[in-house]
Amino acid sequence: MDFQIALILGQDGITNGAIYALLALALVLVFAVTRVIFIPQGEFVAYGALTLAMIGNGVFPATAWLLLGAGVAVAALDGLGALRAGQARKLPSVFAVNIGYPLAVLALLRLLPLTELGLAVQILLTMLVVVPLGPMMYRIVFQPIAEATVLVLLIVSVASHVAMVGLGLLFFGAEGYRTPPLSDASFEVGPLTVSGQTIWVIAASVVLIVALALFFGRTIYGKALRATAINRNGARLMGIPPALAGKLTFLLAALIGVLSGVLISPITTIYYDSGFLIGLKGFVAAIIGGLASYPLAAFGAVLVGLLESFSSFWASAYKEVLVFTLIIPVLVWRSLTSHHVEEEE
Amino acid sequence: MKLKKTLFVALGLAFAAGAAHAQLKVGITVSATGPAASLGIPERNTVELMPKEIAGQKVTYVVLDDASDTTSAVKNIRKLVSEDKVDVVLGSTTSPNSLGMIDVAAESQTPMIAWAASSRIVEPVDEKRRWVFKTPQNDSHMSTAIVSHMTSNNVKNVAFIGFADAYGEGWYEQFKSVAEARGIKIVANERFTRTDTSVTGQVLKMMAAKPDAMFIAGSGTPAALPQKTLKERGWSGKVYQTHGVANNDFLRVCGADCEGTLLPAGPVLVAEQLPDNNPVKASAMTYIKAYEAAHGKGSVSTFGAHAWDSGVMLQAAVPAALKKAQPGTAEFRAALRDALENMKEVPGAHGVFTMGPNDHLGLDQRARVMVQIQKGAWKLVQ
Repeated sequence: MDFQIALILGQDGITNGAIYALLALALVLVFAVTRVIFIPQGEFVAYGALTLAMIGNGVFPATAWLLLGAGVAVAALDGLGALRAGQARKLPSVFAVNIGYPLAVLALLRLLPLTELGLAVQILLTMLVVVPLGPMMYRIVFQPIAEATVLVLLIVSVASHVAMVGLGLLFFGAEGYRTPPLSDASFEVGPLTVSGQTIWVIAASVVLIVALALFFGRTIYGKALRATAINRNGARLMGIPPALAGKLTFLLAALIGVLSGVLISPITTIYYDSGFLIGLKGFVAAIIGGLASYPLAAFGAVLVGLLESFSSFWASAYKEVLVFTLIIPVLVWRSLTSHHVEEEE
Repeated sequence: MKLKKTLFVALGLAFAAGAAHAQLKVGITVSATGPAASLGIPERNTVELMPKEIAGQKVTYVVLDDASDTTSAVKNIRKLVSEDKVDVVLGSTTSPNSLGMIDVAAESQTPMIAWAASSRIVEPVDEKRRWVFKTPQNDSHMSTAIVSHMTSNNVKNVAFIGFADAYGEGWYEQFKSVAEARGIKIVANERFTRTDTSVTGQVLKMMAAKPDAMFIAGSGTPAALPQKTLKERGWSGKVYQTHGVANNDFLRVCGADCEGTLLPAGPVLVAEQLPDNNPVKASAMTYIKAYEAAHGKGSVSTFGAHAWDSGVMLQAAVPAALKKAQPGTAEFRAALRDALENMKEVPGAHGVFTMGPNDHLGLDQRARVMVQIQKGAWKLVQ
């Protein structure tokens, strides 16, 4: 191996690491606020990438039907809740948001000439379709069991992952897709050729991480989420509704997932089931951060990316084994250094 | 639906004719859903086009789906031989499924024609496998085609990258034994998985070995990733793929980056371009015309043609068997097995079948051609 190969591998590792970093941040965020280990995080990556590919091919994305279905379910749940609480006047707004919005998106997708739109508009449409699935999923699946143990939440999370993969096969078929790159440019940096897409991935990740930091540090909603993460009951006493915190968290997680999908799909072919493995590597990174520390998780993600690219050079047959074995020394180290706290029941 | 209708019509006719004419019953298990669905669906579609009548006998098809699952495939063949009392079993789509079905076929003494590729399905022809035949080429047919193309194009060193599973491993073993015998050196041996997002590391290592050609052993669209990365890293030499990528989805995903790729394939992939004196051309065109008439232009795939060839075999073997016994009897099944084994020079969509007591595949080098991707289409290499 010479210096140039090391540089190329390093660049490759950092590009993938940037995607894993985004997913790791989302996983840490979701776990901190709702105690859910969010396995379906990867599915949002695949849904985002494949919905964009469908729109790019001028095909009506079937995820829009899922949006409508989930919207109807949420409207039924919320509507019933409002009726029980004797607040019938809330009904119109519940229906407008949960059924009106999906119908509007559906109409937009039907009416617009999908293939003629610019890539930016297509990405925006993709977000309009897939991102709301996050909070809807929280409302339907996790909100009713918000007080359950971490284990129960994990099992439900695995179940939603399996359901989403199955739906993905139904929506997108067994074959994979690629989307056009955000930029065709490439730059010569010394001995390296850096593609525009690589710069997009790294820049978008950094911007998103900074934006998240600002959101948590400066805005009232961000502070509310942080408060909920530190102490759920305390936050509740301060007037922060846990359901709102949960929905907001899932909105962010879905947004990050879809963005990652849009960023990665020009680099590699995405299949309906690709999301799981990408999400799992983000999870390894999140574990390095102890599912609590954002900077450590981001660092872990870059480490996973680099380990992956260098091991694919030296021992390609054992690449995945090496990446996932990394988790063992990390767990040993964490369990030796950190004080173990029993989960309060 | 159409199939069902045909079945009803066939059944109705059979009843109308009374019991005077026994009918030929063909049992089929196919992986129309599950991971092998992209192969199984064209095969199931092909069944609808198979002969409805052979030598004056009505043919009834009983089609079951095994969802790409070995247990279901075995269950299906048990049901077919015990409840439906079929005269012959066709399928299944994948090698594990077909291997599992051998025992039942032998035990019930029912001839079986598999649509899966593994050479172990029919080799060696022993007490059990004397009942089993198959239509797809062995991997060794394909790897000798690649190696002879390499030797005639002065390729001395090859870098190999394959799936990190049975497909890639099997190809590596096959390729290595043939290549080394012909003096070709494998200078790099890498693996990747279907779900990989990047193969830069492997590709750099392959390029550092300075080979004369690259060989990618993957199937379907995932095999496009190494090739795209090679292009990205400035590789402009020869790239070989396997026949596992011979479908239109691969062309769609790989796009311009796959221009010039070489691969071996069954002649049906480029039937129109075959010279008129090629014995496979006419029979392959028959299949393509029949399939495209039913499912639209450009819809035909090489996988469906394997199913078609089993129909061709039946058409060739059933008349001989009918001379010895009536369908529905053990004697007929034994006679059909003998007739299949004695088949000589029967042209199908994928090649010319000549069976023997030790050869239950019967294909020779006419069963594969080298193909190159040119301007986003398959082009026959002369």
